[in-house]
Amino acid sequence: MKQGYGLPVFPGVAIGNAVVYRKAQRKTAVFSGDFAIEQAKFDDACKEAKEQLSKIYEKAKEELGEEQAAIVEVQMLMLDDLDYLESVASEIASGVAAATAALECGEMMAQVFANLDDEYMRGRAADIRDVSQRVANILCCTDGFSLPDGYFILVAEDLAPSETIQLPRERILAFVTQKGSSSSHTAILARTLNIPSLVQSDICLDEVSKCDVFAVDGFTGNWYIDPDEDTLSALKKKQAEVQVDKEALEVYRGKKSITKTGKEVLLCANIGCPKDAEAAVAGDAQGIGLMRSEFLYLGRDNLPTEEELFEAYKKVAEIMGDKPVVIRTLDIGADKQVSYMGLDKEENPALGLRGLRICLTREDIFRPQLRAIYRASAYGNLNIMFPMVASVWELQESKALCDEIRKELQSEGIPTKDVPIGVMIETPAAAVLAHELAKEAAFFSVGTNDLTQYTLAVDRQNAKLDKFYDPYHPAITALLSHIAKAANEAGIWAGICGELGADAKMTEKFLQMGYTELSMAPGRILETRKLICESEV
Amino acid sequence: MKEFSYKIKDAMGIHARPAGLLVKAAGDYQSAITIVAPNGKADAKRIMAVMRLAVKQGNTVTVTCEGADEEKACAELQAFFEANL
Repeated sequence: MKQGYGLPVFPGVAIGNAVVYRKAQRKTAVFSGDFAIEQAKFDDACKEAKEQLSKIYEKAKEELGEEQAAIVEVQMLMLDDLDYLESVASEIASGVAAATAALECGEMMAQVFANLDDEYMRGRAADIRDVSQRVANILCCTDGFSLPDGYFILVAEDLAPSETIQLPRERILAFVTQKGSSSSHTAILARTLNIPSLVQSDICLDEVSKCDVFAVDGFTGNWYIDPDEDTLSALKKKQAEVQVDKEALEVYRGKKSITKTGKEVLLCANIGCPKDAEAAVAGDAQGIGLMRSEFLYLGRDNLPTEEELFEAYKKVAEIMGDKPVVIRTLDIGADKQVSYMGLDKEENPALGLRGLRICLTREDIFRPQLRAIYRASAYGNLNIMFPMVASVWELQESKALCDEIRKELQSEGIPTKDVPIGVMIETPAAAVLAHELAKEAAFFSVGTNDLTQYTLAVDRQNAKLDKFYDPYHPAITALLSHIAKAANEAGIWAGICGELGADAKMTEKFLQMGYTELSMAPGRILETRKLICESEV
Repeated sequence: MKEFSYKIKDAMGIHARPAGLLVKAAGDYQSAITIVAPNGKADAKRIMAVMRLAVKQGNTVTVTCEGADEEKACAELQAFFEANL
């Protein structure tokens, strides 16, 4: 048995088969000396690549919609394209190794596209490189990552959104990563899927790939390679207890979240992509308190179109029906970066061009998003929430744009509904100005993670500062109470959508302060409802 | 040889998705099928060549079909353009 520690991001116990995810490491391509062999290797690799792509296509179609999946389909067609196949064949015939030929011919084609006088077609250059890289990877047998049947625990250095999208999420028992933070993509996904997970783990990937049984304790943060019998039985006992507790919570399904003295709270879910809305329903969420739009922008190499965004928001609206859905507009920047937006590298991204600041300087990004939200509003009960507000004018300017967009859509004959507009309170400035903002906003939702980071001036990505990052700090509590008071006086609702939303130590305090909505990972809703129903406040 | 001309109505022009559909449709015929667009011409059975034309909304393209099933190809592809582009 070998054991170690990671930072737990979701409680629970997982025991099972561990799979190590590695990014492809290329071996050098060597010409075998026989043209026919090289050509046959290339043909087989194309066939394999098509099979891989066809699986990705099905998954993308289901999760991202047909328009985005079409890109994958075109990649499959490229592998049948005679221009590509003929140029690869002639390179091989001139003595070039199959993998090199696949890459070079792909690069030649990509160059042609990169130079076209058409922005959309220029964007396709990356698709072409991607597919020829895939063929080359197969030829170099590099992508040693293959998934086993059944359930497994995924161990990796780190996982990018573009990587997690390809994984069969229903079969993953736990994530364990060497890097990442409690607010990283993997952590958020783990909380959405309710699976115990560790980040910043002191684990050796080579040892994991040799182990038979792997176990994760998301309560203590411990991981075990081939746990001994005592450890295994203790873990199994813990796992059974979790299961019993979970089943006991089922009596709260479908119930109102109301305290013994009659204070009622709406318990909502935080989600990233449209598929998570199903998890929200399964978790018995009374709405979506935070849809993080940025996941629609991550893991790709161009901006999503208005149409793609519309489809995504519409899907969530339809899944949730009458229940409220709060869509946070794009909050890219800081810890979430995308290269295609062409944003400058910043010394201090947490204080930089992020959230609403990008939107207010880049109407080409903001406008399609707002149009998509308003178009989707006809299909459900949508609300808009702006992130990173620090001044009243930012809210006023954004509201004016919303107004303009709604009128524009109306004049185009596209149905829209009234969309309440709220503010995510996460800067100390917004907290202090809550009374002013409450005059302009339809609701407040407090992002406790950023509010803590900014108020205490503690970088939450920096693990060495963990001891100083204290969400229970009296300064935070004072701000939280001030925000709720301002909202109550203005007659608008206030909620919590950061990590603290599901923090049992804070639930009663929030109710006392006057918060009427708590938004959290879908898997935490029933336990929080139990707490509220048993509360005397 | 049969041919028809068509003015593209789709707001995005012949982007990836219809280009893929077109190449698949063209592949069903024995005839050689060529698209002539403002940017040049392309074999309609080759996806990269078709996409490289970067045909935009408002462009007029001429599709020529030559071979044993040219009559059928021409009629059906014309219907395809009208339905998809």
